[in-house]
Amino acid sequence: MDLQTLWFAAVAVLWTGFLLLEGFDFGVAALLPVLGRRGRQGTADRHLMLRTIGPVWDGNEVWLITAAGAVFAAFPGWYATWLPALYLPFVVVLLGLIVRAVAFEWRHQSHDPRWDATWTRVITGGSLVAAAGVGAALGATTLGLPIDGDGTRVGGAFAGLGWSSVLGAAAVVAYSLVHGALFLALKTDGPLRLRARAFALRWSPVGALPLLAWAGLVHLRSGTLVTGVLWLVAALAVVVTWTRVRLDREGQAFAGWATVLLASAATLFGAAYPVVVPSTVSPAFDVTITEASVSDYTLTVMTWVAAVGLPVVLAYQAWTYWVFRRRLTAEPGHETVAA
Amino acid sequence: MDVLDIARWQFGITTVYHFLMVPLTIGLGLLVAVMHTMWVRTGRPEWLRMTRFWGKVYLVNFVLGVATGLVQEFQFGLAWSEYSRFVGDVFGSLLALEALLAFFLESTFLGLWIFGWGRIPKKLHLAALWAAVVGSIVSAYFIIAANSWMQHPVGVAVGADGRPVQVDFLAVLTNNTALAAFSHAIVAALMVAGALLVGVGLWHLRRRKLAAAPDTDVDHAVWRRSVRLGGFVSLAAFVLVAATGDWQGKLMYHQQPLKMSSAEALCETEAPAPLSVFAWAKLGSNECDDVHSWTVPGLLSFLAHWDFSSPVPGVEELQEEYAAVYGETYPDDPSFGDRAGQEIDYTPVLAATYWSFRLMIGMGGVSAGVAAYALWATRRGRVPTSRIGVHGSLLAVGAPFVANAAGWVFTEMGRQPFVVYPNPDVPVDEQVWFFTAQAVSPGISAAEVWTSLVSLGLLYGALAVVELFLLTRLVRRGVTTGDATATPPAVGSSRRDDDQRPDDDRADDDVLSFAY
Ligand code: HDD
Ligand code: HEM
Ligand code: HEM
Repeated sequence: MDLQTLWFAAVAVLWTGFLLLEGFDFGVAALLPVLGRRGRQGTADRHLMLRTIGPVWDGNEVWLITAAGAVFAAFPGWYATWLPALYLPFVVVLLGLIVRAVAFEWRHQSHDPRWDATWTRVITGGSLVAAAGVGAALGATTLGLPIDGDGTRVGGAFAGLGWSSVLGAAAVVAYSLVHGALFLALKTDGPLRLRARAFALRWSPVGALPLLAWAGLVHLRSGTLVTGVLWLVAALAVVVTWTRVRLDREGQAFAGWATVLLASAATLFGAAYPVVVPSTVSPAFDVTITEASVSDYTLTVMTWVAAVGLPVVLAYQAWTYWVFRRRLTAEPGHETVAA
Repeated sequence: MDVLDIARWQFGITTVYHFLMVPLTIGLGLLVAVMHTMWVRTGRPEWLRMTRFWGKVYLVNFVLGVATGLVQEFQFGLAWSEYSRFVGDVFGSLLALEALLAFFLESTFLGLWIFGWGRIPKKLHLAALWAAVVGSIVSAYFIIAANSWMQHPVGVAVGADGRPVQVDFLAVLTNNTALAAFSHAIVAALMVAGALLVGVGLWHLRRRKLAAAPDTDVDHAVWRRSVRLGGFVSLAAFVLVAATGDWQGKLMYHQQPLKMSSAEALCETEAPAPLSVFAWAKLGSNECDDVHSWTVPGLLSFLAHWDFSSPVPGVEELQEEYAAVYGETYPDDPSFGDRAGQEIDYTPVLAATYWSFRLMIGMGGVSAGVAAYALWATRRGRVPTSRIGVHGSLLAVGAPFVANAAGWVFTEMGRQPFVVYPNPDVPVDEQVWFFTAQAVSPGISAAEVWTSLVSLGLLYGALAVVELFLLTRLVRRGVTTGDATATPPAVGSSRRDDDQRPDDDRADDDVLSFAY
């Protein structure tokens, strides 16, 4: 395998890791108004939900930074074509991520319930905007952007947005909602656990549809036998997830739902390879990994650093998840160790 | 304004804003880690209280640093795509390594520290904070290496289209510009944290004394130790800031002579060269001839070369030298936009370089003066009650922030009109350089960049208001935690029964921030 392909795979892994990890904290944030009850109990519910993602959301977000950084580092041609073509959508994502990050920290700085409620809403809104925006950007980079031979966007500010970005946005948001519910079912105990499970049972078949549609489309355009098989695995994993939720096997359901994403993302990136930005103007203008990449020397250096660094990162991130592995409850003193 | 100007304003505003949080994160992170270490080693309650109080301040600030840092990561692609294409072979990898090797460390272990009180063994918990702090410092190193490479590109050969091709990664990491700038920025960050400890500590000490509060209890010890620690750190950091700054200055005379001559308003080459103390010029003129200044003879020669007689080249001569090598006018090429074919001004904005340099040093001096005052006024258990002294110290908390921002404005504006400055150590035909005028993304409209400038600007403004409000309130309240006794709150032990865990909602004050 040449270095460009290796780094294409690495970038794919990073974006997938981001969607997988930040996906559930986006989902939990988006479900705050849905799964929390009304009134005082609702406040306790929402605090509990936020506590499940408190220790990890920032670490999850770094996957996005690293994914974007790796695109820049390995394929500056991709970075420099993709970002300006979707200038305003990316700015909106940033605005969403900013308000969300500060709201996590600022919510509990005052005892005024309105203050708390406002920032909690900001967390939900910011997360939804960011999830949709990232989905839209990814949708466009797999299904096409209006770029000319220099990689410059043709058309106005919104020329990059089309049905492909709507599909991508729907895919990420819908996936994250169910993912968040499954995470809550796994991480909490008490009434919230039951409500989260019910939500997942009801919505998991629907929640995967846009994602499967998106991956399926990309596969139909440029896929291979392998990506076809991967797509089937994703579809099967939806069924498995649903049956596992029904049987109250939360851990297995969560793993099944993660498989939906892993297999779909593998389909998407596998089918898109070696194109990183398809042009809707002319296939001749497609940006591929070869023309977008940096020199072999730079790729070699980065490969060595990543080969040492990435396993260490994965190890300590996994370890923190293990440290905070207990189920949480709204009532003090009733934590139980996860099954 | 065209896209280039708007994009520059936007980059400057968001970056300087990000850098208001950054030095506090780096400096205070280090000091909180020291406090926490002292608590683990001595078990004295005041160290625990200090850790928790300053830890809260650190976290409120940290999250805004994270939020604004995200924008930075994407900006190079959004508005500066041609720059990103040009420098891609070197620059992107440094950003990616920063994320991989530093940001994961910072965010993961900080999460562990925040939520780890009482849940993981004491020493491991302390190690988590140190890991996060090391992460911040590593992050500073990589990003400054990236920035220093634009100031002084090393380790590359010239490839197709004059683009740099990396040939020596170690040379990029050990760029002397980077080593100097990194050490300068880290000690400058310590000045920020030191000033905060001094200002807030003095204010609380005075308030307690006026309210006749005892000077034997743990809270008194908290504030007193804060002032002493902050004062020593500030003073020591100022000495180091001057030493590392001098190192940078000597490099700069060689690597970017126009930046230094502009900063000194030195028009003609002089030997010995004088140091300017105060300068004034015709308003709105960037002509060196319009500048008049009061000077100290010979001092500039000393700063540049360690002696009082060597010549230092002036702006006018350098301007001609640069024009001869890099062109009188921008190439007549569409990638230069409106500036194609126009004359190149190699002199950065004189007023901005001149005054930002003086503001940086002057504000650092103010801070060092305040630190010296605080150490003196609190000697042998004394508590100052002077209104001017104490309130002045509180006001002076802002000084090192201003100095940091001014330092960056100087560094960045002083390198204009280049975004990648040619390296004088290699022959001209092996140099890489890139003009700011070619760096901006083609194909994006002024309206788009305006939208981002205005929306980010408004949001940042609003965030600043809330942040200041929260920090002021936090600082005014002082050490709360409802435990006015001299015993440490029962946190940090590793073997606590589950049913003793405090309810996070009720014990809000006791949970170190992020009280979910
Ligand atoms: C001297 C140090 C320094 C400088 C020059 C910069 N930063 Fe920074 N940055 C930090 C030092 C730092 C830090 C201390 O590591 C921060 C501040 C608060 C924090 O959370 O980490 C940070 C946060 C931070 C984050 C969020 C990390 C997270 O989520 O944990 C990103 C993506 C960036 N920065 C990116 C940048 C870029 C692209 C810059 C260049 C324009 C930049 N920073 C300038
Ligand atoms: C955090 C510290 C930094 C500050 C405060 C800072 C400040 C500034 C300022 C004030 C400008 C506007 C200059 C002008 O318009 O004349 C600017 C521009 C710029 N800076 Fe920095 N900078 C920082 C770090 C960096 C780093 C680390 C990089 C690269 C890694 C960088 C790259 C750029 C670029 C590409 C521009 C736009 C081109 C230009 O206008 O010169 N800056 N910066
Ligand atoms: C006391 C004497 C000082 C000297 C001689 C000095 C010198 C310098 C020089 C020459 C630069 C420009 C580097 C370049 O463009 O390559 C610089 C940048 C900078 N200075 Fe200072 N400085 C001093 C004090 C301070 C203080 C007190 C602070 C803040 C508390 C500070 C913060 C900065 C920052 C943040 C930068 C930009 C980043 C960097 O290059 O490190 N400096 N300084």
